[in-house]
Amino acid sequence: MNTIPLVAEAQRERQLRRSDSALPELWALLDSVTDPEIPVVSLWELGVLQEIKQHGERLVVEITPTYSGCPAMVEMASEIEKTLAAAGYADVEVVSLLTPTWTTDFMTAQGRDKLREYGIAPPSPRGQGDKVCCPQCGSANSELISEFGSTACKALYRCLDCLEPFDYFKCI
Amino acid sequence: MSQPLIDYCIAQGDDALIFGQRMTEWCYSAPFLEEDLALANVALDLIGRAQMFYQYAAELADDGRSADDIAFLRDARSYTNLLINELPRGDFAFSMARFLLVDTFNVLYLEQLVNSSDARVAAIAAKAIKESRYHLRRSRDWVVRLGDGTQESHQRMQKGLEEVWGYHKELFIETAGESELVANGIAVDRQALYASWSGQIDTVLAEATLERPEDGWKVVGGRDGIHTEHLGHMLSEMQYLQRSYPGVEW
Repeated sequence: MNTIPLVAEAQRERQLRRSDSALPELWALLDSVTDPEIPVVSLWELGVLQEIKQHGERLVVEITPTYSGCPAMVEMASEIEKTLAAAGYADVEVVSLLTPTWTTDFMTAQGRDKLREYGIAPPSPRGQGDKVCCPQCGSANSELISEFGSTACKALYRCLDCLEPFDYFKCI
Repeated sequence: MSQPLIDYCIAQGDDALIFGQRMTEWCYSAPFLEEDLALANVALDLIGRAQMFYQYAAELADDGRSADDIAFLRDARSYTNLLINELPRGDFAFSMARFLLVDTFNVLYLEQLVNSSDARVAAIAAKAIKESRYHLRRSRDWVVRLGDGTQESHQRMQKGLEEVWGYHKELFIETAGESELVANGIAVDRQALYASWSGQIDTVLAEATLERPEDGWKVVGGRDGIHTEHLGHMLSEMQYLQRSYPGVEW
């Protein structure tokens, strides 16, 4: 059966903001900024990076926090500033947005693949049920160990086939 | 309109911060490692929620105070959190009973608050509701597991529930300022949530084979700054650094 991959509306809008942007080089530059807790995914792939605007000399970068208390947000903002400063942009403001509310729908397909390769089961795309596949062996025969893993965004699972415990990036 | 809204945001922030801070006490003390992580993460969500409300309050008040000042430079008498949030952490069963009562309320409350006529309050609620739903799933699960577990876990769960029960009434009491905000579509009518809350609690308790305690006594006063003796001790620890070294930063 053929399936058509669906992109959530909020994610589509985010993609358009990037593809229609007058500052493509800056989006590309910020692809080098990654999540301090999961250094394989960029802020774009994670869905945190929302918009880059230029007002005269000043750059405004808009991000959406993943979880309210996520301690990594401060570090992400400072990494953005550092990266842009190194490229010659001294006047940078990083704004944290409450709307649109961050959701795992924002995560890109590449981001999901990278998470899996890194050993973290990516969030299940909406509408595909809540089966969680082991990132090591691919088996869907897994069980929940704890609703929370090492960070607020992850839960702890165990594969019942290869017996490896693994982190699952929760779907919210 | 502005002062009731500022007070409201601070009260919402106080509820979240005090509960979150109290639950951080489980860090390194939970029954096992996964639970240690889970409780710390839930506490972190609550503290993040407090930050969002305080930040908005600080912007509205525009009196030079930052969100951190609101959290760290007020005494117990100025804190307006509900008492249920400040009670000592108790044993694990007591904590889970308290989580169940508060999480159930929070989900019902936030589900409506996302429609607030104040866009910022609505956005905070939209963020918080996702987290509270997740918290409730967990606390509900624990209450059922412990209630319908061994004889000892059942008895301790029932005891925890009895101890916290008298504090739930305060969840449904509105301040005068809050009623004004409800009339303006900014806040949510607490009393109107009681029937749903009560029904949901009954369902969980039945599944957990626990008995619903009698509505005998109740304790109120948190919104007026009248606290239990426990809050001051907690603040002295939480605010120690800012009080001892004013303005200190990492």
